[in-house]
Order: sequence, then C-alpha cells, then structure tokens
Amino acid sequence: MNEEKTGADGAGDKLTADARLQRRHRAERRFRGVCIGALGLAGAFLVLFLGSMVVAALPAFTQTEVKVEVDFTNPDQAWRAIDPELNSIVSRGVTRVLPNRLENNPELAGKRFEEWVLAKAEIDQFRKGKGSLDEEVRERVERFEEAGRFRYTFNHWLFTEGDSKLPEMAGLKAAIVGSIYVLALTLAFAFPIGVLSAIYLEEFAPDNRFTQAVEININNLAAVPSILFGLLGLAIMINFFGVPRSSAIAGGLTLGLMTLPIVIISTRAALRAVPHSIREGALAMGATRWQTVRDHVLPMSLPGILTGTIIGLAQAMGETAPLLLIGMVAYIPDVPGSVTDAATVMPAQIYSWASMPQQAFVERTAAAILVLLTVLIALNATAVYLRRRFERRW
Amino acid sequence: MIADLNFGDGADVGTGDTIFTLLAGTIALGYMGYHLGRRWALAAQGGGAVLHSRPHQYGWYVTSWGVVPALLVAVAAAFIQLFGWANLVEASILVTAGAVAVVGMWWGRRTLRPGLRARNALDLLVRRFLLCAALISILTTLGIILSILFESIRFFGTVSVWEFITGTTWAPGSSFLESAGRGDESASDASFGAVPLFAGTFMITIIAMMVALPIGLLSAIYMAEYASSRIRGIAKPTLEVLAGIPTVVYGFFAAVYVAPFVVDSAGLFGLDASYNSALAAGLVMGVMIIPFISSLSDDVINSVPDAMREGSYALGTTRAETIRQVLLPAAAPGIISAFLLAVSRALGETMIVVMAAGMRANMTWNPLEGMTTVTVRIVAALTGDTSFDSAETLSAFALGLALFIITLGLNLVSTIMIRRFKQKYGG
Repeated sequence: MNEEKTGADGAGDKLTADARLQRRHRAERRFRGVCIGALGLAGAFLVLFLGSMVVAALPAFTQTEVKVEVDFTNPDQAWRAIDPELNSIVSRGVTRVLPNRLENNPELAGKRFEEWVLAKAEIDQFRKGKGSLDEEVRERVERFEEAGRFRYTFNHWLFTEGDSKLPEMAGLKAAIVGSIYVLALTLAFAFPIGVLSAIYLEEFAPDNRFTQAVEININNLAAVPSILFGLLGLAIMINFFGVPRSSAIAGGLTLGLMTLPIVIISTRAALRAVPHSIREGALAMGATRWQTVRDHVLPMSLPGILTGTIIGLAQAMGETAPLLLIGMVAYIPDVPGSVTDAATVMPAQIYSWASMPQQAFVERTAAAILVLLTVLIALNATAVYLRRRFERRW
Repeated sequence: MIADLNFGDGADVGTGDTIFTLLAGTIALGYMGYHLGRRWALAAQGGGAVLHSRPHQYGWYVTSWGVVPALLVAVAAAFIQLFGWANLVEASILVTAGAVAVVGMWWGRRTLRPGLRARNALDLLVRRFLLCAALISILTTLGIILSILFESIRFFGTVSVWEFITGTTWAPGSSFLESAGRGDESASDASFGAVPLFAGTFMITIIAMMVALPIGLLSAIYMAEYASSRIRGIAKPTLEVLAGIPTVVYGFFAAVYVAPFVVDSAGLFGLDASYNSALAAGLVMGVMIIPFISSLSDDVINSVPDAMREGSYALGTTRAETIRQVLLPAAAPGIISAFLLAVSRALGETMIVVMAAGMRANMTWNPLEGMTTVTVRIVAALTGDTSFDSAETLSAFALGLALFIITLGLNLVSTIMIRRFKQKYGG
C-alpha cells in the first residue's frame, strides 16, 4: 500500500518535475530568443540606417546637364550668350560667369557653338522624380527631353566646388580641405603631447597623490561632453588668447584638447603591454630610463599608439558640436588659404546642408554623409589592420 | 578685452616670422653647442681622461644649457605680450633670447668636467619635460572649469541662482534689448528658469535609455554567454560601427527619417505629434548609446569568474537562470557603471537634439511634443547674433556649468563602481 502510494506519488512528482523542466527549458529558449532579437534589432538598425543613407545619396552622384547654344558673336552682350529664355533651365552658376569666361578666353569671341552645361537643381530633381515644376517650365523640359538635350553626368561638382547657395553648384572641396587642415593641427597637437604625457605617467611618475589626481583627471576629461570643449575654445582660445574665430587653428586646438585624453589612455595601454623584462634588460645594460623608453619600450608599443591615435582622429573628424560654438559652421565657400582663415569641416558642412530648405540639398547631404562615412571607415579599418598586423603577445 | 591683442592683427604682422627666426636661431645655436660639447669630450677622451658619460651626451648637455633658457625667455615674452603688461619690441625679444642662449652655452661649456654626470642631468631634464606635457591635461580641465565658472559668475550677477534652478520659464528672447542699451523697455520679459530645459534633457535621456539599456544589455549577454566566437567576431565590430558614426549623421537621420515616421505613426492612433518630438530624438539617441552599453557590459560579464558559472550549472540550472540569478547580480556594479556613463553621454549629446529636438522650452510629460534641451540652448545662445556680454550668451556658460557638474558626478560614481567591481573579481 505504502509502496504503491509512494510509487504513484513518485510518478506524479516525476510528471510535475518533467513539466517544470520543460517549462524551464522553454524559458531558457525564450530568453535566448530575446537576446538574439536584441542583437538582431541593433544590426537591423545599422542596415536600415546605412541602406537609407546609400539610397538617398546615390542620386546625388549624377547631375543633369543640358545642351545649349553658346553665342559669343556679340562680345558686348556676353552675359546673354546663352538665350536668357533658358534661365529657367540653365544653372545661374553657368550664366553669371559668361562675361568672365569670354574675358579669360578671348579666342571665343565671335564663335557660336553647342555645349553641355549644368542644369538648375530644380530641373535635376524633377528628372529624378522629385519635386514639381511650373506648367510652362515643365513643358519646355519635356520638349528638351524629347530632343535629347538632357543627360546625366558624374557629379564632379560635388568634389571640385566649394559650398554654394545654388544646390547644383554646392560641393565639398572647401570642407574637405578644411577637414585636412583641422585634423593635421589636431594630430600635431594631440599626438606629441599625448604620447609624452603617457610616457611620463606610465614610466616615470612616482605613485603619489599628485599622479593619481592626474590620472583621475584624464579619465574624466575623456568623458566630458564634447560641447564643453567648445565653450573652452570660445572663452579661452578665442576671447582670451585671441585666436581668430572660425579658423582652422581654433578648431584644431579645440579638437586637439578633446583628442588628448584618448591618445593618452591608449598610449598608456600600449606601454603597459610591453613586458617588464625588456625594461629590466635595458636598464641592466646601463641605459638610463629615458634611453630605455626611447630605444626599446616606445618602438615596441608604436603600433598600439598609432591605433589609438587613428581612432581618436576618426572621432575628432566626426565631431561637430564644439566647432558649432567656435563659428566653424558658417557659409564658407572658399578653400582656406592658411590656418588662420575661416574654414569649415565635413560634419559642419553636413549640418549646414541639412538645414537648407531646398529639396536638392537633401540628397547632397546624404552624399556628403556617405563620403564622410567612407573616410571614417577607412581610418578605422587602418587602425584595425595596424593592430592585427603588428600586435605582439608576450 | 584682451582679445584686442589678436595674433592675426595688423600690429603683429611679424609674429609668425619672429617665431620662425627664433626656432631657426635656437636650432642653429643648439647645433653649435652640441659640437662644442662633443668636441671637448672627444678631446678629453683622446687626452686619456675617463668620462662619466658618452661624448654626445656632453654635446646635448651644452645644448640644453642654451636652448632651454632661450625658449623660457620666449615663452615669458609671449605671456607678457598677451596679458598686455608691456608692449615688447619683437627684435628685442629675439636679441634677449639669443644672448641668453649664448651665455647659457658658455656656462655649460665651462662646467664640463670628465666626472660630470651629463647623462643623469639629461635624464632629469627629459623627465621634467615629460611632466610639463602631462600637466597640459590638468591645464585643460582647469581651463574648462575656469572659463565656465567665470562667465557663470557674471551670469549669476544678473540672474539669481535660485531663479535659474527653480524657474519654469526660459525666455531669453528679449535680453538682446538689454545689451543694446534698451534694457528698461523689457528687462522684466527675459527670464532664465532652467527647469524646462532639464525636463527636456531628462525626458530625451530617459527615452534613449529605454531603447539602449534593454537592447545593449541583452546583446551583451548574447555575445558573452551564447554566441560562438565566429558570431561574436562579426557582431562586436558591427556594434562598434554604430559607435563610430558621427552624431551629426544621426541627427540628419532623426530629422529626415525618424521624425516624419513618428508623426505618421502617431497619426495612425489619432495622436498629434510634433516634427520636433522628443520621441524621435530620444529613439535615435538610444541607438547611438547601444554600443556603449553593450561593449562595457560585455567586458563586465566576461570578467565574472567562470567558477561562478560552473558552480551554478553544477546545481542544475539552465543558462538563462544562471545569467539572471548569478551573473547579472555579480556583474551589477559594472552594468550600473556602464549605465551611468551612457546617461552622462546622453545628457551631453548635442547634434542629435540640435537637429531633431525643438528650440522652444516646453515642460510636458508628452514625448510627442517638441522639447528643448540644455545643449540645444547652449548652441542657440552662442550661435545667434547676440553680443558676447548679453545675458543670453552668458546663460550658455551657466548651463554648461550645470552640465559639467552633473556629468562629472555621474562619471565619478561610475568610476568608483567599476573599481569596486574590479577589486572584487580582479577584472
């Protein structure tokens, strides 16, 4: 009796235990599914994000050109060498330079020829299926279309022109050159000072209160919101030291201060990875500590230092907020001639294009973003390559 | 102001040339000094003397005696010029620096003895030089604190701290009249109550964390506990790409794609959403924050010792139970620290909110309405046409101070928590 009961109970227990186990396994699978889902969601966002950028940017890499007759037979009337009736189609960037063009090329006088010139952004957008045109203009565009007087060409203006209020003429050249200036200054400032500070902290500094304070300070500096560096640049550099506003040097120094902690932290990590036996070996041979660092520790940690520096530079390259405050987000159509000239940078250009009302600027903004992302991915890939190629494990 | 002593001003045309002459001159003199020292050492060695250091170290020794004082003179002169204590003629600076260099090297050359510890002296000099480099980061922090503090004090001279902290209307609009000397016409109109700005900032941060915390943490759990090393090798860099995208790009995405999407979706439920809704900015910011949470949590979960996992499995738990009941409690301090860092990042984020959130101060619980943030108002105050001394411009520094204090606090707490975690598990 007793045994039977126990047996029955045992079976019941086993049954409930099985059910419980199954429930627990279901919970396990559920949890695992949720985790995969989260990761998938993040990945899906990245795909959606990059995909929508590429789709939005691709049309900007072609631009509509229109075939017109250029008539310089009457040199006094060079400004109307292209029939003014076509002003609704031809870019103002083309018509307004006609007199200049004749002046620079006197042999064109008295000539009459057909030429492909840049069309207005509205026409370009209309042909790409965006935006609408006035009845009159649309009819003319349709007639031209039938006559084969439109064509798409590669949008080289995007890379050979500076910023412009005319969407079809707006390009990234000034911003690209400005970015190079600013990043060169950032590198020139942050790299030597960052590496030297890291060497001091890692190899020379005595372990006392002061050193600890410097360390905490550097870690916090790396986490300070970037916009506060803009306030620093404005109050200290521009208003106190009198660095010219909007200039590449103001931007370079501000971003340099921002990149400094990143360089210091990654350099310290790279120095720490060099085993002590190397240092002790050098010291045993009678080298001074500086000689040990210069001849042995530094060359060995160089790949790590460079990796960290490139990552810091990539971060500085995408930074906009501090530059907003020191006046680098402005209408700057010309390529800066020196580090004290007003300059703009790629992300700042993206920001100003994003706030332009014309439809044509949307695809240009996306194209600029694509260019910036390509450069950033190339920089990061270089960093990863350096790390993989030269990383040594002891 | 001191800004009048502009580097680029017409009065200082020669600054660039002066610096160039100075550098070229010091290098030339330094080279001479190097030769003097080295030749002495070689001659002494030839004469049978036993030197303490290598000959070139004596060369560097003489050089440093000339170059270091000369550069100090130049830096001192630059500061005297900058603070306007005296207007120095640039030629005189050059002559002084040159003279100091020559005298220094003469003294250095005179003190050369075979027993002189040139090597040790150089090592000490290098060490001092490196210390100076390390001090620059301290100076940067000091610069941030001082610049923000000074301008904030000026701001709080016109607006009381109490009004700033507790006031519920932010309407700096009329303060430009004050700076134009017509202050009495509308002095009572400008008000600087920062509460709505902080309300907007925290609202957007909360939305962002509601997106980032679950997705980031669960992704980290998957990568640390479930994923094969191959999937991990793909997933980790993919998430890091999200961290590498510039914030201005996120801002564009939020303004052009997410904001209209939010408006349309709200329309489906018969709700009215603004094109500057806090929700759109918060969602995109959340995506931006995901990699911070995931990579920091991943590290933390990985550094929980395996013995704890194995002990738990030995008791017959499933993986999910181990994660929830053993790993997460153990990793909690590290995860909280990652969370705080992410919050501090979200509070200080600028471009996404400048491009996607509103400009108008608005206090509401409805995330579909436009709200503005501290960083948006900082940018608005400093990119407008107001003069530098107007109350609105100065308010940017007061807001910056508040932001600095809050993020510094969060970072410090986060640092302390992660240190505790590492002490416990030796991570």
